[in-house]
Amino acid sequence: MMKPTPADTDARQAILDRINTKQVDIPPLPDVDVDRVIEFDQPIDTFIEMLAMVGGQAHQVDSQRDVRALLEEIDVFRTATRIVSLAPDSVAGTIDATQIDDPHDLATVDWTIARGEFMVAENGSIWIDGNSLPHRVLLFIAQYLAIVVPRSQIVSNMHQAYERIENFSARFGVFVSGPSKTADIEQSLVLGAHGCRKLQVFIVGDL
Amino acid sequence: MLPIIQHPAAAKEFVNDPNRSRWHDQALWFVRSKRDKQAASLPEWEYLRETASGIKTHTIANLSHYLQEFERNATARGAIVHWARDAEHHNEIVLRILQDHKTHRIVKSKSMLTEECGLNHYLEDNGIDVVDTDLGERIVQLRGETPSHIVLPAIHIKKEEVGDTFHTHLGTDEGASDPKYLAEAARGHLRDKFLAGEIGITGVNFAIAETGGLVVCTNEGNADLGTSLPRVHIACMGIEKLLPRQRDLGVFTRLLARSATGQPITSYTSHFNGPRDENSELHIVLVDNGRSRLRESETFRAAMHCIRCGACMNTCPVYRRSGGHSYRATVPGPIGSVLSPTRDQNSYKSLPYACSLCGSCSDVCPVKIPLHHQLLAWRGELVGKKLLPVSKRLAMRFASYLFRFPALFRMVGKVGRFTLRVLPRWATHHRLNTWTIARELPEAPKETFRDWHRRHRDH
Ligand code: SF4
Repeated sequence: MMKPTPADTDARQAILDRINTKQVDIPPLPDVDVDRVIEFDQPIDTFIEMLAMVGGQAHQVDSQRDVRALLEEIDVFRTATRIVSLAPDSVAGTIDATQIDDPHDLATVDWTIARGEFMVAENGSIWIDGNSLPHRVLLFIAQYLAIVVPRSQIVSNMHQAYERIENFSARFGVFVSGPSKTADIEQSLVLGAHGCRKLQVFIVGDL
Repeated sequence: MLPIIQHPAAAKEFVNDPNRSRWHDQALWFVRSKRDKQAASLPEWEYLRETASGIKTHTIANLSHYLQEFERNATARGAIVHWARDAEHHNEIVLRILQDHKTHRIVKSKSMLTEECGLNHYLEDNGIDVVDTDLGERIVQLRGETPSHIVLPAIHIKKEEVGDTFHTHLGTDEGASDPKYLAEAARGHLRDKFLAGEIGITGVNFAIAETGGLVVCTNEGNADLGTSLPRVHIACMGIEKLLPRQRDLGVFTRLLARSATGQPITSYTSHFNGPRDENSELHIVLVDNGRSRLRESETFRAAMHCIRCGACMNTCPVYRRSGGHSYRATVPGPIGSVLSPTRDQNSYKSLPYACSLCGSCSDVCPVKIPLHHQLLAWRGELVGKKLLPVSKRLAMRFASYLFRFPALFRMVGKVGRFTLRVLPRWATHHRLNTWTIARELPEAPKETFRDWHRRHRDH
């Protein structure tokens, strides 16, 4: 490993000085009053609806054992040979990602089965903690992505979401909402830009 | 010095192609309508905007404090924080990191800041292969153009034109224009580039002082793929991108995608806290490039609140019809017309006039920048500096004289109404009068407002 390029801080003081010469009155930092933001009576229903809107698909199952059966109904899963599973109680993988050093070696993964911490109803997103991923590229390089998430873990809005991850300690964390997509060619929505082509979310009762 | 941009002249080609102009107008109106739907779906929308504006006002006022807090926390997480005075300095810092790693191939995800700094050209001139990985940006890059919109870089390009470009560069079928087919071809092409990339460069949507972390939002997942394969990630950000606390993201992640494309959130909202692992590097380049000077201005300081959502362009009647390139600036549209003259008043003096003062931009801005007030303020400053063309200056002086003398005003009005009625068409519609190229003169009213008012005021 090479020695990293040292920080260039030559301009640091000049920039700070320039800012400090112009004193501006500092108004207080506002906090969001949680009573003023939207909450949902049936957050799971809202989540499923929102996820569908952003191009994902939700499935409600009672236990992790039911996940595999539903996946088997999907053609591109049945024919898949390279599966990384981070939820082995749902699906057994065919590749052990913890034994892989270089993330480039994951380039041909067909499916990643990941674990989500909780869902956000207002936008159909799921929080994934980087510590659950042996390589974070797994979320983005697989052709297809499935996320297994406990039914009990849901919040209504992003304010509550950030309250939950106030002290998350991983080097990486991501809200995933739907498959990768683009509308850069004449505003036509195309699913599967660089990351996963489809997203399946399994909302599990007894997880 | 930059050449002087005359917006009307620069917009001419685009506007003179009525099909394209109308198509562009409608494409953006569609995005604007989606934004309206999202905004209306949240009863607390206005409350969120106010809060966002309040957080930004506080942060910018206290910028030096938060920058130092950010630097301290990012460094503690293992990131290397660089400070760049201007665009050139930023480019040098990035190049040095690449050279230290003997890198020749980089994968880049969307960043308006690197666009502002002209990083791509600079690196290419230094023998480095730069691949833009956002599909829109890649299209624009292959065509040798620049983005015409900050969120939808290729919004000005038709699918048939994308087909031609891909046929030439990626070997897709001739005449193909199906977005699905073309996007699939780009997916294959860019995947190879991702796998070959030696360093990933990204922009930054939000940086958090309290944690030293960064947030990058994309729909395509290109920032994630681009930084999860190579060991080195360079994140380039303007110093105004800071938020004090992680929880402030609750406000901004709710506003950003809803305002930008009418989605409830982007597909990926990624939080980077330090480098990927002990063997990786995260370089963060904090760029001033005129921002600390902008902060000194009472009038224009609020422009630093901008989160680059693009909503103001999508709604702007001038932008929608004249296209982003007519602004000849990295950031076009209303916010671009505010920011560009702060960089170079003389070159960009016509941009504050590329505005009808309809105020729609201020209404949609999620961080409540009073854009149309700022554009008006710019006009005031530019007039004072005699930076306007003589024709505009004389007309303004004449108007102000007129308004000061009511009797004169009445007389001129009478003459005007009379001439409007009797003037033959050839006297107004000729090639010296550019105003009438696509316009008819109004019909003169029978009665003045003053007379009408006098007749009605007693009722
Ligand atoms: S000025 Fe406001 S509306 Fe325009 S891009 Fe910036 S944040 Fe968005």
